Parts: sequence; C-alpha cells; structure tokens
Amino acid sequence: MIQTRRTITLGLVAALGAVLLKPVRALAAWNDGAFKARSTMDGMKALGISNPQDSSDIVIRAPEIAENGAVVPIDVTSNIPGTTRISVFIEKNPFPYTGSFEFAAGAVPFVHLRAKIGESTPVRVVVAAGGKFYTTAKDVKVTIGGCGG
Amino acid sequence: MADPMKIRATLQGDVADVRVLMAHPMETGTRKQAGKVVPLHFIQNISATLNGKTVFSADISQAISRNPVFAFKVKGAKAGDKIAITWKDNTGDTRTDETTVRGGS
Repeated sequence: MIQTRRTITLGLVAALGAVLLKPVRALAAWNDGAFKARSTMDGMKALGISNPQDSSDIVIRAPEIAENGAVVPIDVTSNIPGTTRISVFIEKNPFPYTGSFEFAAGAVPFVHLRAKIGESTPVRVVVAAGGKFYTTAKDVKVTIGGCGG
Repeated sequence: MADPMKIRATLQGDVADVRVLMAHPMETGTRKQAGKVVPLHFIQNISATLNGKTVFSADISQAISRNPVFAFKVKGAKAGDKIAITWKDNTGDTRTDETTVRGGS
C-alpha cells in the first residue's frame, strides 16, 4: 500500500476517534472514522479491531464471479461460539468498511446482504466473539463495476 | 415518507428466517445524473426486534446495494411473534414496519 500523507492523516484521525469515542456499546454511535477510512486496516483500527486471527469457522458465501457489481449477494455465517458482531470490508472499494451486524437475544450469527463492488476484490469478514477477533476473506471477481458507470 | 418495507418471517423449526426488502436509493454520492453529482443518501442504521426486544442491529455504508435486502435468523421464535424493523438514513428519514412470524410450510 502506498502511504500518502493523506492516508496517514486519515489513519491518525480514525485512530484518535477510536480512542476518544471508545464506545460503551459498540454500535451506539455511527462510527464515522471507520466508514470514512480509505483502507481496510484504517477501518479496523477505527473500530478497535486488533490482531484478528485467521479462522476457518467463518463461512463467506459469495459468487466467485459477479457479473453485476451493483448487486453482489454475500452470505456470512460464523460458527464461532459467542459471536456478537460480524463486520464486512470490501477491500478495494473506495471506502472498504461496508457495515457491522450485531446479534443479541437468540439471533443466529448469520447475515445476508447485497453490496456494490467496484472492482475485483477480496471481501474480508471480521467476527467479534468473547472479546477476540477472527477473520477470513473471499475473492470476488467483478466484470461490471457497481460504482459510478 | 419512504415506501414500506417488505418483511417476511418464516419459521424453520424454532428458528425464524427473516428477510427484508427496504425501498431506498442508497446513493453513494459519486454517481452523476445529467452532469450533476447525486448527493449521498443512504441508510445508516437498522435494528430489528422480536416482541419488542432487540435481536439484530446493523450500521451500514453506502456500499450496500439500492433497495437493500437483508436476511437474518432468530432462534427461539414462535408463530405469531412480532418482528419489527426500523431503518434510519443519513438525512434523518426513518421508517418502521412490522410483521408476524408465520409457521413453516
């Protein structure tokens, strides 16, 4: 990754935001820093995600080749016990952080969503469970981009 | 006021399979129409309750597709239970719709 002055500044702002806004409840406030982050790394930092471990217990179901980048169906299932949150990053989108999904009171750690994907990219999922973070990624090829066009 | 959501909640065993379709343009703020940039307009928060208790919530970005579709599953639901879903967008517009969990076919 090319570190321009801008991305460094953004990263710092995001990191600072994460420290200042250390949330009482993770999704209590709209995490502006994370959503405006230009890279997956900065987005994770803003969300307070550190040292995610690779896990094969997270299943991402998405098309290998998506013909229409404007609507790409993505299914995420976490088989990690105690999963409270699933966060999705589309690494090569202008703003990779796509969203977080929280589960409570009997909700099964599964979510189906449809996203816009600008170009072929890894789709990265981070699962929060018991105060720890787990991650996996799946490549999605896009033939027609979903941004602009 | 935005158009109503379409929500379907079907029981499979003791798990309610909830699918929702929201009517929303989900503008990214980069698309141009007749040479003018269409301003950013997208759903930011979603929350869902089962009989008044929050079971699922989400913060999402403009990268979610137009007319967003989501599906999630809630364990321990019974036929007749109430599922309510609320979304809120970046302009402050909001909408809540409700449905009843139906028994599996």
